[in-house]
Amino acid sequence: MKETIQFKLNGQAIELSVDPGRQLLWVLRTDLELTGSKYGCGKGLCGACTVLVDKQAVRSCRHSIRSVAGKEVLTIEGLAQKGELNPVQRAFIEHDALQCGFCIPGMVVNAYGVLLNNPRSSSEQVLKQMEVNLCRCAAHKRIVQAIEAAAKEMRGV
Amino acid sequence: MKDNSHSEIDVFDACLERNFQDIANPEAAFPMDRRDFVKLLGAGIVILVSIPRLGAQQGGRRRGQQLPDDLNAFLRIGEDGKVTGFTGKIEMGQGIVTSLAQMLAEQLDVELDTVEMVMGDTDRCPWDMGTFGSMTTRFFGPPFRAAAAEAKAVLVELAAERLSVPRDQLRTANGAVHDHAGRSITYGELTKGQRIVRKLDRKAVEDTPSEFTITGKPALRKDAKVKVTGEALYAGDIRRPGMLYASILRPPSHAAKVTRVDTSAARKQEGVHVVEQGDLVAVLHEYPDIAARALKAVKADFDLPESDLNQDTIFEHVLRSSPAGETVAQGGTLAEGEQAAEQVIEATYLDGYVAHAPMEPHTALADVQREKTTIWASTQTPFRLKESAARQLGVLPEKVRVITPFVGGGFGGKTSNRQALEAVRLSKAVGKPVQVAWTRAEEFFYDTFRPAAVVKIKAGTAASGAISFWDYRVYSAGQRGSEQYYDIPHHKTVVYGSGWRAGDGGHPFGTGAWRAPANNTNTFARESHIDMLAARAGLDPIEFRLQNLKDKRMRRVLEAVAEKANWKPVKSPSGRGFGVATGIDAGTYVAHIAEVQVNRRTGKVQVKRVICAQDMGLCVNPAGAELQMEGCVMMGLGYTLTEEIRFTGGAIHDSNFDTYKIPRFSWLPEIETVILDLKEDPAQGGGEPAIICVGAVIANSIFDATGARLFRLPMTPERVKEALSNI
Repeated sequence: MKETIQFKLNGQAIELSVDPGRQLLWVLRTDLELTGSKYGCGKGLCGACTVLVDKQAVRSCRHSIRSVAGKEVLTIEGLAQKGELNPVQRAFIEHDALQCGFCIPGMVVNAYGVLLNNPRSSSEQVLKQMEVNLCRCAAHKRIVQAIEAAAKEMRGV
Repeated sequence: MKDNSHSEIDVFDACLERNFQDIANPEAAFPMDRRDFVKLLGAGIVILVSIPRLGAQQGGRRRGQQLPDDLNAFLRIGEDGKVTGFTGKIEMGQGIVTSLAQMLAEQLDVELDTVEMVMGDTDRCPWDMGTFGSMTTRFFGPPFRAAAAEAKAVLVELAAERLSVPRDQLRTANGAVHDHAGRSITYGELTKGQRIVRKLDRKAVEDTPSEFTITGKPALRKDAKVKVTGEALYAGDIRRPGMLYASILRPPSHAAKVTRVDTSAARKQEGVHVVEQGDLVAVLHEYPDIAARALKAVKADFDLPESDLNQDTIFEHVLRSSPAGETVAQGGTLAEGEQAAEQVIEATYLDGYVAHAPMEPHTALADVQREKTTIWASTQTPFRLKESAARQLGVLPEKVRVITPFVGGGFGGKTSNRQALEAVRLSKAVGKPVQVAWTRAEEFFYDTFRPAAVVKIKAGTAASGAISFWDYRVYSAGQRGSEQYYDIPHHKTVVYGSGWRAGDGGHPFGTGAWRAPANNTNTFARESHIDMLAARAGLDPIEFRLQNLKDKRMRRVLEAVAEKANWKPVKSPSGRGFGVATGIDAGTYVAHIAEVQVNRRTGKVQVKRVICAQDMGLCVNPAGAELQMEGCVMMGLGYTLTEEIRFTGGAIHDSNFDTYKIPRFSWLPEIETVILDLKEDPAQGGGEPAIICVGAVIANSIFDATGARLFRLPMTPERVKEALSNI
């Protein structure tokens, strides 16, 4: 049975008539055509589907659309503001921190979430929280460099 | 529409027929309808260049197909001066979207920013065998550069006519042709309003390495911005009106036969379409998560044959089922070499099945239409897919177009296109566009794994420390990387079974090419064995290798890595945890040094540092090449330490990343890379070579740390503990 679900998506209030048990990831990718969040494993093991819900990183393949009712969802598409890239996005570009790019939306959103909640996180703390994001091309070295640079910028150093 | 002494110029639209006839083998070069072709390219100057023997360079033509030796490469210069390069290659992370654009910009004398690449679209790009084997730069690069050089020559001719200046008094820079009087005309102005095709009657002169201003300079990835904003489209991101998402019934084992299917419960669900066509049973819905839910309502019984073949018993099976061996290298006589040996070491090396596990599972969207079928697929072989889909549909290949958006990792695993052919079948059955996107479990199930393999080596050293003989047999891995390059008077290399290619029949499920196929297994065995010989001879492993090496390129790359690591010679095991390994792949020479720490209680290996030196000839994009080397090292730690498919018969037990463990941030060692500066040498492969040494360099480092030698990949904590207990 469809229900009306209201939430905030990338800063805008939206209302959806949807089967409330459906997965957040697939509602984003199909109903809302926001395809930046990726399916990589379906079990919350790879991080490619990461979005922020009320500023906390969640695996959108493990959450129902019902679970975000009344909350704020931020996806990779919502990170740039008025065409201005987010510091994490900029740092990923400047450090060549990607190859195939499929894991990158999840990486960027998770890293942004960690830094947003605690800009003073040490490198180790950030990387501990990045441990759940997998990258098969193994661009880890550059991703670490990018996150460190973004952290500096977000701290205003 | 006139002739001059140098060439023939025609307005593209008016004189299309004549021009195509002027080019050798036009039908092969342009198999599509010509009007479609013109429409697709749109406005702008189109330069058609006859490129001889590309097909042959790529490893020969495929039987029964329209594969000309004189393949045409395309590029387009728009009215706005923007340059578009067309290649049948695809971008899956290896970075050729940038390095090919660099080549084009270099030869045309335009800014890199003005170049866009169109890749893997079978209607717009010249035929290509597939993106694998680190072949893009080596084999597509030269004709692509030649095409750009020829394009520039045509533009200079056009400018010479427009400015009434002899062409030898013109020069090109920044996308324009300039004369000595300070007049200039941009490429965009030259092509304005015209579609022109012209064929040079002379060979265009290419820029040489000493003239390069873009090639060899680090360039950031051109696809970075769309990939960090989520705008980059992969096959699963394509949407078409009315499309359905399919979930397909899968057997529990590769050997299973379905005996009963009951789809009645799924059929009752609202909006669910069911397709039952022999071996293909699928449920489709406008939302993928609802299709997946509906599949659970499909009941099926399977006949399961018993098999006790598993990841531990597979090696005996591989030895039993391997075909007769083929001697691929030989010199001297082994018996004589063995007589001369003072120390003889014999060992057997084992390597399990390894998954590709790209982050993007196989995905495709097929829209089967009477006039033209379009397939968007994550594939390394779009042209092969075009042919297979046409065959499956019973239509001419011209009726099928494959578009390859960004591919989310391939590593050799996305070449057989099973998911796309499933989508084609389903789209035809339901009359709508259909997306097939494999779940992670399907991805593990249908992956064509790196094959389980066995290597047996017997070798010995004379009292002088010179290797006197080398008897090498590899079963089921394949030939690549099996030939040794040391200076050994008596040697023989025998390859039993092509391994990763289909047809050996020894594996209970699919196997295939995995990044630097065969070479990871062969290099692990060879370089482990060399290390044992060095230790037995009481020599430092680098000194021992240099003593036994005449190959100049190998000596140079080994010396480079030793210098970068500030290597202090000492015989192994030294307790330092330092190891070395070398190898050759795709024309590129690599040498690695690693440092590890072994936890003797848990058996866990932490890799602290890996240094990799690489001789890849001319390096087009050093930034991209470093990225590939770093990725090779980090990805290689997976097959080295944890990655191994567990199975019983045809049932695959690893279905996701909880049990199949790939490298993560906490594994990241310090990685340093050295690319030898060899601009004058031909460009060699860059996407694969640096992964081949990872198994051996870590095995040799573990030995140096502990004195324990491991003969089986991956070197899991249990196996390390076992090796430690055997010292």
